[in-house]
Amino acid sequence: MRPEAIKISPGYERQLLICRGTGCESQRANEIFVALQEGLAKAGLADTVEVKFTGCHGLCQMGPTVIVDPQGTFYCLVKPEDVPEIIEVDLKGGGRVERLLFMDPKKKERVFTYREMKYFAPQRRIVLRNCGFINPEDLDDYLQVGGYEGLKKAFAIGPTKVIDEMKRSGLRGRGGAGFPTGLKWEFCHNSKGDQKYIICNADEGDPGAFMDRAVLEGDPHSVLEGMAIAGYAIGATKAYVYVRAEYPLAHERTLVAIKQATARGYLGKNILGSGFDFEIKVKLGAGAFVCGEETALMGSIEGKRGMPMPRPPFPAVKGVFAKPTNINNVETLANIPVIITNGGDWFASVGTEKSKGSKVFALAGKINYSGLVEIPMGTPLRQIIEEIGGGIPNKRKFKAAQTGGPSGGCIPAEHFDIPMDYENLTNVGSIMGSGGLIVTDETTCMVDMAKFFLGFTQKESCGKCVPCRLGTKNMLETLTSISKGTATMADLDQLVELAQDVKAGSLCGLGQTAPNPVQSSIRYFRDEYEAHILRKECPARVCVDLIKFEVNEDQCTKCGSCFKACPTQAVTWKKKETARIEKDKCIKCRSCILACRFHAID
Amino acid sequence: MKKTLKEIFSQHYRKRDALIPLLQDIQEEFGYLAPEAMDAAARFCRVAPVEVYGVATFFAQFKFSPRGKNIVMVCQGTACHVMGGARVLEEVQSQLGVVPGQTTKDSVFTLERVACIGACALAPAMVVNKDTYGRMRAERVTEILDGYRQGGTKIEKITERSNAARSN
Repeated sequence: MRPEAIKISPGYERQLLICRGTGCESQRANEIFVALQEGLAKAGLADTVEVKFTGCHGLCQMGPTVIVDPQGTFYCLVKPEDVPEIIEVDLKGGGRVERLLFMDPKKKERVFTYREMKYFAPQRRIVLRNCGFINPEDLDDYLQVGGYEGLKKAFAIGPTKVIDEMKRSGLRGRGGAGFPTGLKWEFCHNSKGDQKYIICNADEGDPGAFMDRAVLEGDPHSVLEGMAIAGYAIGATKAYVYVRAEYPLAHERTLVAIKQATARGYLGKNILGSGFDFEIKVKLGAGAFVCGEETALMGSIEGKRGMPMPRPPFPAVKGVFAKPTNINNVETLANIPVIITNGGDWFASVGTEKSKGSKVFALAGKINYSGLVEIPMGTPLRQIIEEIGGGIPNKRKFKAAQTGGPSGGCIPAEHFDIPMDYENLTNVGSIMGSGGLIVTDETTCMVDMAKFFLGFTQKESCGKCVPCRLGTKNMLETLTSISKGTATMADLDQLVELAQDVKAGSLCGLGQTAPNPVQSSIRYFRDEYEAHILRKECPARVCVDLIKFEVNEDQCTKCGSCFKACPTQAVTWKKKETARIEKDKCIKCRSCILACRFHAID
Repeated sequence: MKKTLKEIFSQHYRKRDALIPLLQDIQEEFGYLAPEAMDAAARFCRVAPVEVYGVATFFAQFKFSPRGKNIVMVCQGTACHVMGGARVLEEVQSQLGVVPGQTTKDSVFTLERVACIGACALAPAMVVNKDTYGRMRAERVTEILDGYRQGGTKIEKITERSNAARSN
């Protein structure tokens, strides 16, 4: 899974890789980095051991992580206080710090290296090929792993052949829609215009997806190289990276990478003597989900309200500043350098018949190991959750996986073995989307989940189209009354009908897909909706208005977990006695329900 | 104030597409967009003030009233929602006595809810200024907020936090 070309720098015997992505950084990875540098200097090892910081490895759950090469020893949940022991036992003593090694959850054994870990082994890393192994702020590191070779090859074979390779690769847009990238490039290539633009869509607004952030933080040059290749193929000389303001680290590293690449002649005027000019600017998004939609994004770049426009004309004909424009997502662009270097056929050999290559999923929610996983298209959902993700915590049961965020749908347990690709996901009523994969268990209420997503899209609706602006509001009101137990079955029928109208009557993807979470949860979990409406009951005990906050004596094991969890001392409990909840003190915060492992609170 | 605005303007060109970066820079400097700043931006970019106001109100990033010294953002993204982010927000709300979008009376904190900060593996997450706090629990809110009330440095705050995490 790691690039073969990565070698320990000349003159060094070993290297330490410290992840400094957003996840690990928030857990004091910066302090670990400094402590390691200082500790090595003190131990007299600074000349033989190199300390390198990298982007995200993907296993954010176990961060901060430290890898010791060449052995590949993988230390996780490292704290700055652990540094002296790592230096003493591992680097000086040649042993391993057992307690920091990854624990295999099934075998209950320590795993020595990341190569043996179930989390990494089934993955096929194409997009994330360099993430976690190179220093994202060092161009030489990127060059060492074959960086900018794709661009050189593109110059050698010419624009038409580049587009041919892209078409042969079968790569489809990873931003959500899944449109073939080669075809998109060809449209823009054939379009006439004195100035053409490339835009990298890094406005990753989908709650629950963070692969674009990880790529920009961990391997920004691969995205820039992808953009330069696209520009060369299409005939565009100017480009924008549109990145979310909420991702300061990704923004900063993109700027650093552009500066380095320009200084060394990989961007800018007459790149590598080819005569091709390519200039990349960064635009910071200002916090509007709808700007992930391409026409809205272009409006925002032009300094206007980010509202979608009707298509046609498509951006390939009339895009930003009314010039032909090609927009690709971060993950799509990161694929391009290796596709050109290794050829389209190589890429097409991975994946399924209609979905080629690999896909990065952001695995989160009720799962043991959340983080980023990149799997070949067609990998069964079961394998992702049970093997890579380590299953669901607290011995709870899998209920559904939500893919595609607020535009997607849920995949229930009956489709647990579904091979993950564009077609299969569409067939079960969900979408690939940008790759968010939220796992839910029996303590997640599907009505609440649908309400959550609709609340998001309702807030983010730009207000241009009436069906989206008012329809989502109306749907949200109905869902709220269902969750309060005040709705009727007629309301549910109306909700289903309205969902179809919002879909049919909206201009852009936001409105067209906003009803998806509602429709798919009604399709698979209609019984839960009916329980809320007819029995005034929330089976997952999430909707507070329908919870009685009473202890069920038959199920209570008298363990006292609820007593300890209650912040207002509303629970009375003594050893070997059933707990009781005093209603006048209870603030309905659900702490007791979350603490109880026996579903004993109704 | 005018003088600093002039300095900000000098870093931009007079075109419509400079408007959003310009407003971002003004907000970075002053913490919010005052009406007179927006008027000045309109004159600079040669558009009507209503255009500037339209753009500024469209995007969630722009604020129109002064903000607190510390910005508390509680993530309510999908992963955080599933993992109990609502409970964390509730707790912050009750401790600060404000709802999202508001600033405390003493101007120490402004509370915001965000749809996703992309730290889903650390859900539920909360960000104060630029410090991310992962795997949040309602019980940790007091201690974290107190750290910023006293205005300690970032490192101290992180150490306090991790000590507390270990004793639990």
